[in-house]
Amino acid sequence: MTTFTLDDMRRIMGGCAGVPETVDLTDDIGEVSFVELGYDSLAVLEMAARIQQQLGIRIPDDAVDEMKSPQAAVDYVNRRLAA
Amino acid sequence: MNVVDTRPTTRRRTRRRAAAGGSPRTRDDRRVVITGIGVAAPGGMGVKAFWDLITAGRTATRAITLFDATGFRSRIAAECDFDPGAHGLSPQEIRRMDRAAQLGVVATREAIADSGLTTADVPPERLGVTIGSAVGCTMGLEEEYLVLSDGGRKWLVDPAYGVPQLYGYMVPSTIATEIAWAGGAEGPVALISTGCTAGLDSVGYGYQLVKEGTAGAVVAGATDAPISPITVACFDAIKATSPSNDAPEHASRPFDLNRNGFVLGEGSAILVLEERNAALRRGAQVYAEIVGFASRSNAYHMTGLKPDGREMAEAIRAAMRQARLRPEDVDYINAHGSGTRQNDRHETAAFKSALGERAYRVPVSSIKSMIGHSLGAIGSIEVAACALAIRNNVVPPTANLHTADPECDLDYVPLTAREQPVDVVLSVGSGFGGFQTAMLLARERDGTRGGDDHD
Amino acid sequence: MTERTRGRSHRPVVTGIGVAAPNGLGTQSYWSATLDGKSGLGRITRFDSERYPVRVAGEVSEFDDTEHVPSRLAVQTDHWSHLGLTAADMALRDAGIDAGDLPEYEMAVVTASSSGGTEFGQREIEKLWSQGPEYVGVYQSIAWFYAATTGQISIRYGMRGPCGVLCTEQAGGLDVAAQARRLLRQEATLVVTGGTDASLCPYGLVAQISTGMLSPRDDPERAYLPFDADACGYVPGEGGAMLVVENEATARARDARPYGVIAGYGATFDPRPVPGEEPRYNLHRAITLALEEAEVTPDQVDVVFADALGVPERDLAEAQAISAVFGPHGVPVTAPKTMTGRLYAGGSALDMATALLAIRDGVIPPTVGVRAAAPACELDLVRSAARDGPVRKALVLARGHGGFNAALLVTAP
Repeated sequence: MTTFTLDDMRRIMGGCAGVPETVDLTDDIGEVSFVELGYDSLAVLEMAARIQQQLGIRIPDDAVDEMKSPQAAVDYVNRRLAA
Repeated sequence: MNVVDTRPTTRRRTRRRAAAGGSPRTRDDRRVVITGIGVAAPGGMGVKAFWDLITAGRTATRAITLFDATGFRSRIAAECDFDPGAHGLSPQEIRRMDRAAQLGVVATREAIADSGLTTADVPPERLGVTIGSAVGCTMGLEEEYLVLSDGGRKWLVDPAYGVPQLYGYMVPSTIATEIAWAGGAEGPVALISTGCTAGLDSVGYGYQLVKEGTAGAVVAGATDAPISPITVACFDAIKATSPSNDAPEHASRPFDLNRNGFVLGEGSAILVLEERNAALRRGAQVYAEIVGFASRSNAYHMTGLKPDGREMAEAIRAAMRQARLRPEDVDYINAHGSGTRQNDRHETAAFKSALGERAYRVPVSSIKSMIGHSLGAIGSIEVAACALAIRNNVVPPTANLHTADPECDLDYVPLTAREQPVDVVLSVGSGFGGFQTAMLLARERDGTRGGDDHD
Repeated sequence: MTERTRGRSHRPVVTGIGVAAPNGLGTQSYWSATLDGKSGLGRITRFDSERYPVRVAGEVSEFDDTEHVPSRLAVQTDHWSHLGLTAADMALRDAGIDAGDLPEYEMAVVTASSSGGTEFGQREIEKLWSQGPEYVGVYQSIAWFYAATTGQISIRYGMRGPCGVLCTEQAGGLDVAAQARRLLRQEATLVVTGGTDASLCPYGLVAQISTGMLSPRDDPERAYLPFDADACGYVPGEGGAMLVVENEATARARDARPYGVIAGYGATFDPRPVPGEEPRYNLHRAITLALEEAEVTPDQVDVVFADALGVPERDLAEAQAISAVFGPHGVPVTAPKTMTGRLYAGGSALDMATALLAIRDGVIPPTVGVRAAAPACELDLVRSAARDGPVRKALVLARGHGGFNAALLVTAP
């Protein structure tokens, strides 16, 4: 895999953190914050851990703090994959 | 064995409300005192070694030796230098018990010997046991899992390798069983498992049993031995523990600007709780009286804390009401002080909310800076420290506190213990699941003796 | 102080029941199956148990973790908590409680657990040892520990009172009900209590087998026969019950219809067994304490729900304790857990719920499977079919592994 897409992110979100009752992951959720979507800090840590394992990249602690939305996570991962 | 100074301390007139006199004695009049202490803590086994360590401001945090922690994010912990055989356990006891139970039984024997309590004072059926533990016998469970799964390879673990004590590892109540056996208790026995407040909640539970008259005396305390790969890994995953692997002795930094998580610990403290008049009548030494206990839950998040400390403040207020104490009565606050960014801010706010201006003038410290955070055990170890603080009129310090955090702006007694009158102490705990607990201890004061018995 | 001296309005009453049991999910489903003698025991399906010496258990087969628990909550909790959350929700609905209407600090949650999130824990520990520490998920820290169910129920309903967790193995479900009652005497006005357990994963089963007390029989109808001459151990199960407990005054004020009153309770502990000596048990004293506290004489008790371990020596000890108080064949005794297996902390909570349903409907559910009662057990065992008759006072007994004894008396409202 050379790029990481929002759909990849959706799969990780639903797979490891569940889906909030009020959210449809197929909606346009890229720029909606994880907090608004109903994902707490633990959920974001879990997603980051799964991304690290699936893509073999390392995500430092402060980078996790900056992943505020699905799109922000996708952008960060793609920067790391390109580096 | 009584290793701390047992000379009677000069009775000072406390600022507490005088006891209401004249009313007929009811169950509500039963008061509960601590008459024995046993401690198994990092940096030294036994009450004396524990008190010496925490008043000297020495830290017992170090690189993990209990297993090879290579590959883990946090590779440091506060470990007990514990040789079960040398500390009096028989070969069968060692084989049968998980490390948490071993530590608890050693502390129990010290506490009961310290109290001088015998079956002539309180018969077995009137003796209760209330023990806290957050993770129970995880260490034993993990060691046996490794064998049964052949190194984690088999989901369908091999029944042929199941040891007889395996079920005893799966049910944490085994720890209470062992301590009940060690103490010869046949009254109410329970294991309390409210995560990191279990050690306060267990003492609170025992306090209630004595206060309401269900038990004449209770062996109350807590134990945990969580320094095993699975528990270290689970705190790694949520980045709750300190990754300061290069400076383990300075890693636990409650209230310091540069704090970066808690340092896992292990250990046990056991207290003997008795009805006050019966204890005085038998000439027991009294460390302190438990005068208030309350808990609340934040119903917010399993691990997250709101910055305002609202529910902890409510628990403190409820305990103060029960004790009929005012904020200006509190001489020392033994903080939860885990050293995570959110906790220290959370409870600083709680102290301000519950105690108002007094929060800025009362010394606050965290002994987790020295002996780490032993999860369910630490609450009882902290109550032991509070009882000793009252006994010795000394406030233990917060080690490693060098750089002030603007969000934590109280008097945290940095680095050096303080000699001062200590008559009333507040101890608090906060834990996963949202539990917030507060307990108040006070110097035992003169009052009418006699009248009540271990009935 | 007894409940009587405090006056009726302070009596702790049960106003809501939620059940997740192997022979029925939901109180009605469970209760009708239980009265019909319909068992939920069968071959283990949660994993391939073929090579294990125990292959029969009570699984809550109707239960779908993803259907009954919201997705975000389900991923961060073990099956044991899923069952507990579901039962708690049923109990609150049954009681007609909208937690949002009540003072936050006056609502508490006190649950019992015997073994925590065993299945979740086995999955995570397997990741640790087969793949490495970084593969352990974030939810291990909050799913496995014994406080998970209480914490999640507290969060779900905004209950900010003095919450708690007790672990006394099978006695836990009764011990938490007593703690709920204690909280109601203090500042709480409503407590969600009860318990569940679910350790039917490979590691959990092997741990249970290690006591030597599980039944090795493959025939579900002949596997768990407490007080029978053919008793050979017990069958493990999963599930339990949650209950809503309130002060009678607050319950009546909102026109709730109580199932019954928690009228008496006693807890004792057995001394350490000494090799070569006859073991000494204190169950008898727990019964006496419960009756004394309720100011009830033995002849007033209509039924005893037995602990019923299914291990001959322990069955005899329980029968002797019951006979010592009630006289030989002196009181109807039943063990509907023969239809669910032993559910540990969930088992005594379920027995308490069952006792309240027996009071409501005036019928004693049966003990199934027992054909030839062990001659030394001088019990009036309610066998084969339910027995009609007014049930106004029911005593529930539980013994937790390691020496815990609890007795709890529930009475008609």
